[in-house]
Amino acid sequence: MTELEAGHAEALAPAQSGAAFQRYRDILFALVAFAVLASLPLFTGSKALLDFVIRCSAYGLFATSLNLLVGYTGLTSFGHGMFFGLGAYSFGLIMQKLAVSIPVAFAATLAITALIAATIGAICVRLKEIYFAFVTLAFQMLIHSTILSWASFTGGDQGLRGGIPRPAFLGIDLSNHVHLYVTSCALLILGLLAMRQIAQSPFGYTLRMIRDNAARASFLGIDVWRAKLTVFVLAALFASMGGMVMALFVSGAYPEFAYWTISGEGIFINMLGGVSTFLGPMVGTVLLLLLNDTVTRLTEYHGIVLGVVILFFALGLRKGLLDFAAEWVSRRRNAGEGR
Amino acid sequence: MLEIRNLAKSFGGVNATNDVSLDFPDGSLTAVIGPNGAGKSTFFNLITGALKPDSGEVLLDGVDLAGRTPPEIVRHGIGRAFQVASIFKSLTVQETMLAAVSADQRTSAVLHKRFPLPETRDRAEHVMELLGLAGKRDRTAATLSHGDQKLLDIALALVLEPKVLLLDEPTAGMGPEERWRMIDKVRELWETQKITVVFIEHDMDIVFKIAPKIVVLCYGRILATGTPDEIRNDGAVIEAYLGTEHAGASA
Repeated sequence: MTELEAGHAEALAPAQSGAAFQRYRDILFALVAFAVLASLPLFTGSKALLDFVIRCSAYGLFATSLNLLVGYTGLTSFGHGMFFGLGAYSFGLIMQKLAVSIPVAFAATLAITALIAATIGAICVRLKEIYFAFVTLAFQMLIHSTILSWASFTGGDQGLRGGIPRPAFLGIDLSNHVHLYVTSCALLILGLLAMRQIAQSPFGYTLRMIRDNAARASFLGIDVWRAKLTVFVLAALFASMGGMVMALFVSGAYPEFAYWTISGEGIFINMLGGVSTFLGPMVGTVLLLLLNDTVTRLTEYHGIVLGVVILFFALGLRKGLLDFAAEWVSRRRNAGEGR
Repeated sequence: MLEIRNLAKSFGGVNATNDVSLDFPDGSLTAVIGPNGAGKSTFFNLITGALKPDSGEVLLDGVDLAGRTPPEIVRHGIGRAFQVASIFKSLTVQETMLAAVSADQRTSAVLHKRFPLPETRDRAEHVMELLGLAGKRDRTAATLSHGDQKLLDIALALVLEPKVLLLDEPTAGMGPEERWRMIDKVRELWETQKITVVFIEHDMDIVFKIAPKIVVLCYGRILATGTPDEIRNDGAVIEAYLGTEHAGASA
């Protein structure tokens, strides 16, 4: 080994263990987060706080999955909310009509979502930017209209009423508030961990390449269409998971879950929190729900307040909150290296 | 060996590539020159699948690749770099290289492991070293100098270990000194990697100095092929491209 090569080996070794280290760090982080969230009911009797976390779980899964499309792949979907609604309705309908156990309904809903997302994705991901955005929106409206007009099956504009049966499984009784809370937290953490893995996998870097320069990616032998379709389906699965948490929480499903405003909120959350970091959308979710809850309590014109906040982030900051944090950290790091 | 047979492409009524037939033997270094609009870039686009030829064949070791998609053609061993450096602006140099090797090893869709995969390291490292980018491995591509971005673009093509490397104006937009450094690098790559290299170049001094073989395109047709000396003294080339001034200077 020459001196030069020896230098390489040294440089390579820490980077090599870096990937493994990163993975363990993420898992550790997830475990700590789960432990903190799950122990919350021990310290507080506040049902409102637990409800808030459950809603954060539903929206957080949804918004983070949208970031896989928007932030990582550069696919700005205006119709991602359809999979949130689809998850809520499929799960609710399966539980109401088929009387199966919750894990079975959960898995079946994911399978249905994958099938529909693959069909819609196969049509949409070929389209460029604005066309992709609007055709996804069109599909969302199609699903929303179907829910409204197929009243005998979906309950129409009344939504799925009568409650979703929640039979206990494996000692978990989701009609118990604390059980529902802990399960929501577990789904959130597992979902985030899985999405983090996707983002940091070789496939995640393929997505980044497509975002930066799809033409160049295809000249490296990457099938861009297939990669986009794959991430479209994967993101739909996590959005659907969010929808299921929501359906469990409200014990029903409503047409608003599939309306375009859900997609709009997803985009808004991503703008609030920022798309350049993995946890940006999660921060955005907490911010939006906090804003929503406080503002609606103070004024009936909460739409105006939220609109102003959106404009402030979009035109004023031009970035999400965590984007600033990430920049600050990297500036500090660079300054450290410069010394 | 790369053989082009009767390749043709027209846009509306314009024959951008008109019945071009050429052989590029294994391990050859060829320069493609021609005035603006001669069809040089179109020629590259047809070979690499960015454009579909109207007719003709692109044979790599006897396999016809004409009309196939860019990913398929890349996998058969034709890599290319672009006139305007085509890179991934938010990835670091090292990430770019590792991801490219992943694409070549068909692991770019792997979900259950962390990036980068260990088996991609050696090749990425080797090519970064080869092109002098190893010291800038942690730099984000967008922050590299113009010259380094061009090198990164070439590195992207090279890391796929192509049989044929097509370089569309590797020295585009560079100052005189930088040009020579780049072209020395290209020549060094050609000598050490034993691959077939075809490059487009505008600077005549560079072309005549380093290319053993030159192809002159004009209005989509081959005007002449030959060694630098043959091209320098070719009447048609002098008239169409070099102009009388150059002819007088070399006489």
